[in-house]
Parts: sequence; structure tokens; C-alpha cells
Amino acid sequence: MNPKRLLLAVLLLAVHASAAAELSIQITQGVDDPIPIAVVPFATDGAVFGAEDVAEIVSSDLEQVGEFLALGRENLLSMPSEEREVFFRDWQLLAQDYLLVGKVSGVQGSQVVRVQYEFFDVNRELRLVGEVLAGNVSQMRDIGHEIANVVYEQVTGTRGAFTSQILYVVAEPTADGTRFRLEKADYDGQRPQVLLRSREPIMSPNWSPDGSEVAYVSFETDRPRIYIQDIASGQRRQITNYPGINSSPVFSPDGDRLAMVLSRDGSPDIYVQDLRSNELMRVTDHPAIDTEPSWTPDGRSIVFMSDRTGQPQIYQIEPGASSFDVERLTYDCFQCAKARFLPDGVNLIHVRRETRQSPSYQIAIINIETLRVITLTDTSLDESPSLAPNGSMIMYATKYQGRGVLDAVSIDGLVKFRLPSAEGDVREPAWSPFLD
Amino acid sequence: MGTQSNTIIKASLLAFTLALFAACSSTEDAEPPAEVVDSTPAPADTSGADDDPGPTVEELERERQLAQRVFYFDFDVAEFKAEDRETLTTHAQNLAANANLRIRLEGHADERGTREYNLALGERRANGILNYLIVNGASRGQIEVVSYGEEQPEQAGQSEAAYAMNRRVEIVDQ
Repeated sequence: MNPKRLLLAVLLLAVHASAAAELSIQITQGVDDPIPIAVVPFATDGAVFGAEDVAEIVSSDLEQVGEFLALGRENLLSMPSEEREVFFRDWQLLAQDYLLVGKVSGVQGSQVVRVQYEFFDVNRELRLVGEVLAGNVSQMRDIGHEIANVVYEQVTGTRGAFTSQILYVVAEPTADGTRFRLEKADYDGQRPQVLLRSREPIMSPNWSPDGSEVAYVSFETDRPRIYIQDIASGQRRQITNYPGINSSPVFSPDGDRLAMVLSRDGSPDIYVQDLRSNELMRVTDHPAIDTEPSWTPDGRSIVFMSDRTGQPQIYQIEPGASSFDVERLTYDCFQCAKARFLPDGVNLIHVRRETRQSPSYQIAIINIETLRVITLTDTSLDESPSLAPNGSMIMYATKYQGRGVLDAVSIDGLVKFRLPSAEGDVREPAWSPFLD
Repeated sequence: MGTQSNTIIKASLLAFTLALFAACSSTEDAEPPAEVVDSTPAPADTSGADDDPGPTVEELERERQLAQRVFYFDFDVAEFKAEDRETLTTHAQNLAANANLRIRLEGHADERGTREYNLALGERRANGILNYLIVNGASRGQIEVVSYGEEQPEQAGQSEAAYAMNRRVEIVDQ
């Protein structure tokens, strides 16, 4: 290589490094006593080119959720890639609780890679799990997230959500007006894909429970209307075309029904449409604003926000019940909105404005039996909370330096991270169900 | 006689106000307004010009009111401001007088509070104006209400001034 080309290569590397740095997740708050884990760079044989660093993907996954602290590579005493090369004493000296090793091998002349990994409990000097995963060289991120899932579940007992995805809306100002995009990405914001582009607003993306479809609101006809789009094929259908507001589509847990908000009868009320018969059922009937429906985990009732007492509060109703048979769930906030239950059916995630004097909105959880409230965030324009499929974290939209960004917080409030943000305002995250 | 001199005074006042407004909105050092007062008679001089009477004060005022297409709202308030009542009455009369006219009332909110609630608040604001227009002579079929919630701010940013610009209802011809 001549010097000029070498320089160019170095420059390209530098550009690449800074781009990658911009995109890396920022862990803004972690736990005090994270679990130390050593993730050794996976050995590779000569046949693998252009594959991403699997060990790096695994350790950033684990650090992101805050409960783990990965050992810095500069501190490694040895680089084992399989069990017979592991000396537990080395890792005990380094005060590591867990150890992950592995190797990547290619199949000559093909894009197929095999990733073998083994996971150890250092203190008990025990191999906990080991497995060989195969895939295309372009699927290294999937393989890394898969391994992180296994490690996370081995240590915490909770299923990992590292292979889950997110939907969100981007609003990007241009000289020719704002452009809107509905995008899908890995849970960590990587590998974004555009599902829909529009000159008119897009709102309220919501996953079908099997992860194959997304319901959303689009203003493409100059009016808010509800659509359902197949994620893989891009095929979509318009679900509603009623006068007034058509908004807030939310699939029922069984995927057969869609809760929504329509103002066709004068003011916004909650409705449920059966997606097979298209039969529409009115759920609430009140001249105030009823909106932001979500299903209780058993799919029997709908939680919603209403300002029938003057300010937004959370209520619950069973579809088909008399519209007077409404149960009020919140009393202690000036405004409580955008609520949904955790899988336990007792703790309710919501957006909370504590007092009239301070128009500041935070993500909080209220236990509706004890009425204990935990406020999880401390910024002032937090909204659109969405729960990870394993219930461990909540992703939400907030403002940072005047721009819309996505942040995530653990449900105990201890861990926070911020997603890399593309151009424009990013908003309305919707965390997928388990996709495997 | 009394009414005519009254009209002239009003017209002079209007011209004065317009001149003052022009002076104020200029970014250069304005000349003393007193100088401008001298030029008042020009537009209002309607004496004897039967062939081309020019616009009356009422007509000019009506034009001004119909040109106002954006109505701003206070924080957490769905009712339009009292100072806009006369202007909205004129819009209602204009719709009543022109049955073919079709408008959209586009409701907007600032970004504080949840998106779906803001979508509903934008509609509530627009509906307040819709009802007022109907009571004052417009027919329901002439008007469509569409809320954009907080999705199309007129001004970006998190300042009170930006928020005040974003809480609005716009009248858009169809």
C-alpha cells in the first residue's frame, strides 16, 4: 500500500470511529454495585471477514441495562476461547463473577459463520451453558444479542430482551417543511429501517402482540386515520375513516381487537373494533375527553385517561359495561395520563404532572392497591412510556438540548440510558413483544 | 352630519394607527410619529366622490378581520380569547353570506402534556370556534374540524413564547 492510500485508510478509520462514537448508547445512570463480568474477545479463524465484534455487542448489551460491569479489555490476563483454556484463578484474581468466551469460525467460500460460546460462573468454577449458533455474517448483531439474552437469563433469572426491537416516529425539519418517518430498529437504536415516510404527521405506533404488524395514525389524507401495516411486506390497510379524531390504536393482548379513540359522536371516546368482523363497539360515552386506551394484562378491561373531572386522570372500564361503571384509579396528581399496567396488573406506568404550578411531566409507577408512587425520571417533558417485553425497562420520549430523544429507565428507576439519536425529533417509542 | 364627522375621525384614527404601526414595525430609527400625523387626510377623503367612493371604515375593518386566520389560546384553556369574538363574528357572517364557502378549522396545542391528550385539546379548541361560528350564522356543512394536536408547531422550541404561538386554531379555506 502506498502512503497516500494508507493515509486515506487511516482517515476513513477515523471517520468511522467518530460516527460509531456518535451512535453509541449513553449510559446516563447505573446501579451502585454492578455484577462484574469478563467478556473475552471471541477468537476468529482466518475465514471470517467483515464480521462485527460479537463480544463487544454482548458486553454493551449487558452494560446498557446497568446491572453488569464488563471488564475492560486492557485488563485481561489471558484470552481463552474455550473451556480447556480457562483458568478460574485468573478471573477470581480479577474479581470477576462471570466469564464469557467464544470463537467465530467461517465456512470457506460462504457467508456462513458459526459462533461457539461458553459461559462460566467464576466463583463456583462452573460452566453454566455453552452452545453453537450459526448464521450469515451479516447477522452477527443478532447472534450477539442472542448470547446476551442467555447470559442475562442465567444470571438474573429473567428473560433477556436484547433481541427485541422498537418502533418510533422521527420528525425532521427540512427547507420544504417537516418530514415524518415511522422507523423500526433494534432495541438499542441500531439498524434503523424506515417503514413509512410522509409529509404529514404520523402518531401512536403500536405493535401487534405477535410482532408482525404495526397500527398507527397517519395524517396523509389531511385527517388523522388509523392504519395497520404488515412489517415484513409493507402492505397496509386503512382501518378507520370516521369524522373527527381517529387515534390511539392499541391491539388487545390476543390480537383480535383494536382499542381506539374516535370523536365521531361529538367528543373523543374509547371504542373497540373487532379486527375480524370489523364490528365497532363504543366503550365510553362522556362529553369530556376520553383517550389513551391500554388493555389490562388479562385483556378484559381498558385503562384510559379522561379529563371528566377537569384534569386528566386514569380510569378503568370493562368493554360492554355501562359507561357509568367506570373505576377511577388515580387521585393524587394534578394530571395523570398515558397509563398502562405492568404484567402484575397492580402497578401502573403513567405520565405524571404533580402540581398545577409546575407544568413538568415525568414517568412514574403507581401501585393501585397501596397507592405508593415511584417517579422514575427527573426531566420535564417525558412522555410515551413503553415497556420492554421482559418488564425490566421503560423506554420513553423526552427532550435533550431542544431535540426529541428516546431514553430508557429500569422499572426501579436505578438505571438509565439514552438512545443514539438520528437527525430530527425522535418520539413515541413502542417496544416490541418478544420476537422469537 | 354627526355620523359623517365621526366617520372621518375614525378614519383618521385608523390611518394614524396604520402609520404608527408601520413606523413601529420598521427596524430603522423611526422618524418622530408627529410628522406622520400630517399625512392623515389622504385615504379618508371621501367627500363627493360618488363614482369611486372607496372602502368605508367598516369595510376596511371587515377586511382586516377576515384576514385574521389564526387565533391563539391561553395555556390549559380551550376557549378562544374575548378579544377575538368580533373577528369570529365577522367570519361567521361571511360564511353565512357565502354559502359556497368551505373552511377547515385546524386545532393545535403546545407540546406540554401527552400527545393524544393534546390531539383532543386541539379538537376541543377548534370545536369552540366551530360552535361560535354556527351560532352566528355559519352552517355546519361549511366547516370541517381537524386537530393536529402538538404535531405541527408554528414555532419550535421550549420557550413560553413558542408555546403561546403553538396553542392556536387556524382557519383554512378549502
